[in-house]
Amino acid sequence: MRPPPLLPSFWDRWSGLRLLDAGLGIWTGLVFLFLYLPILVLVVYSFNDSRLNVVWEGFTLDWYGRLWDNTRIARALKNSLVVAGFTTVLSVVLGTVGAWLLHRYRYRFGSTLQTLIAVPMIMPEIVMGISLLILFTTAGLKLGFFTVIVAHTTFCFPFVLIAVQARLQGMDPALEEAALDLGATPVRAFFLVVVPYLRPAILSGALMAFTLSLDELIVTFFTASAQVATLPLLVFGMAKVGLNPMLNALSALFIVATVAFVLFSEHLRRLGRRAP
Amino acid sequence: MHALADTAPAHGGRRAGVVAWLLLAPLALWLLLFVVVPMAGLVVYSFCQRDDLGRVVYDFSWENYARVFDPIYLKILGRSIGYAALTTVICIVIGYPVAWYIARQRSPLRERLLLLVMIPFWTSFLIRTYAWIAILKSEGLLNGLLQFSGVVTAPLSLLYTPTAVVIGLVYAYLPFMILPIYGSAEKLDNALVEAAHDLGAGPIRAFSHVIIPLTWPGIAAGIMLVFVPAIGMFAITDLMGGAQVPLIGNVIQNQFFRARNAPFGAALGVVFTLLFILTYALAHRRRRATTA
Repeated sequence: MRPPPLLPSFWDRWSGLRLLDAGLGIWTGLVFLFLYLPILVLVVYSFNDSRLNVVWEGFTLDWYGRLWDNTRIARALKNSLVVAGFTTVLSVVLGTVGAWLLHRYRYRFGSTLQTLIAVPMIMPEIVMGISLLILFTTAGLKLGFFTVIVAHTTFCFPFVLIAVQARLQGMDPALEEAALDLGATPVRAFFLVVVPYLRPAILSGALMAFTLSLDELIVTFFTASAQVATLPLLVFGMAKVGLNPMLNALSALFIVATVAFVLFSEHLRRLGRRAP
Repeated sequence: MHALADTAPAHGGRRAGVVAWLLLAPLALWLLLFVVVPMAGLVVYSFCQRDDLGRVVYDFSWENYARVFDPIYLKILGRSIGYAALTTVICIVIGYPVAWYIARQRSPLRERLLLLVMIPFWTSFLIRTYAWIAILKSEGLLNGLLQFSGVVTAPLSLLYTPTAVVIGLVYAYLPFMILPIYGSAEKLDNALVEAAHDLGAGPIRAFSHVIIPLTWPGIAAGIMLVFVPAIGMFAITDLMGGAQVPLIGNVIQNQFFRARNAPFGAALGVVFTLLFILTYALAHRRRRATTA
């Protein structure tokens, strides 16, 4: 690491730490290449006019067109959107109201409840899937939209709750007090003062819930019937069989949606930080 | 993610009255019904038996747990833990320098690099696994390139091997290791590292005695996010390993569908949960020891 005496002027600038830093930079670049190259290949080959992935045989939008016409995929997409939609609404209501109540009032067993809320977030998905499957079968419930939405909401709403809680910690209590002093009922104060203040957190929590639900495979695997198969379940089944250019196209669309989601959440996060 | 419990707000404000309790009731009931009761049900099921039709008979016995310790299942359990541990170690080795590098950058570049980690983090692991199938399959990209360039004449069987499973697991979980380590590395005070240097510690000693202990919370969180899910992940092993390398997640999944032995599946689920709690406790203990 000591600079060799022959090239002092050059090597001085490259002390050991700088060399280490350059090495770390190269390593980081390589890791990003590892993370992005497979995804990029997938997107590029979704435009390939060939059934097999190997040779480039020209540009086509055919696979996207077929995706559009495929009734199984269309139905799975519809199922996914229905599940994610209901899950998001339920999660936002449970998460926002829950976070507010836990912030505003002192409950007995409050900390127990707080721990319990974190459990679905960190619990292994497969354990959650089988335990809910056992509950539903024991209760005699038929697997369907209801069971999937309940399962998804259970692991999605804690994310909304935590996001809202984080924002509540920075809230000036005078905000709500002023509304109450001016004669607003607590309910009115909640909807007219607290909710607007929490909007960035609620929105990013909702986005998170929607995405988590849309992507979820393992829990859905145990709680859905064939009739309500969501997109991940269908993709899982198709990918098991082998390569399918339509799947490339579908994946490419999903990747584009994810990039949009990440950029939008980042925007929201910045907005939330700037707001009072 | 265990840091969440620590940052929970002090439950301040007014003491909850009847109305406040009524408002909180839906949430409390939801957690009771869909978290507590199912877990209790899982434990009850694990002590049950099944009849010839696959129906559950409520008859207490330890038999399912005895079966978990059958050499066949012990081997699968051991292999699952081995694969998950290998995945975790590889993720730390690959991810730590990346997290460290990003955390050391100045503001606009740091946020941009972080965004590059967030995108794969949020992209469905299923799609990212499929991307690797497209590369590794015998009629896939890598074999195509190898044959085209004349390196090999017949396609290699790259998919459905243990290596493919580990590649799939590492690829899926790497962002989940980078992000929490970044979280710790970003908070690390540079003055502490400089102090170690000034006191004569070389780069290796500074790293092992100062940097690692200070970023341990991030590593521990990463282990929780990678090691535990990787043990039970059956989708990646199904897709990348075919039926060649069954892991514990595949066995559990089988018990509920093909084998129709839910009680045994439940017992495996309970064992898995205990493993999860053990990992959590170990990661936490080391953490408490270092922050004390």
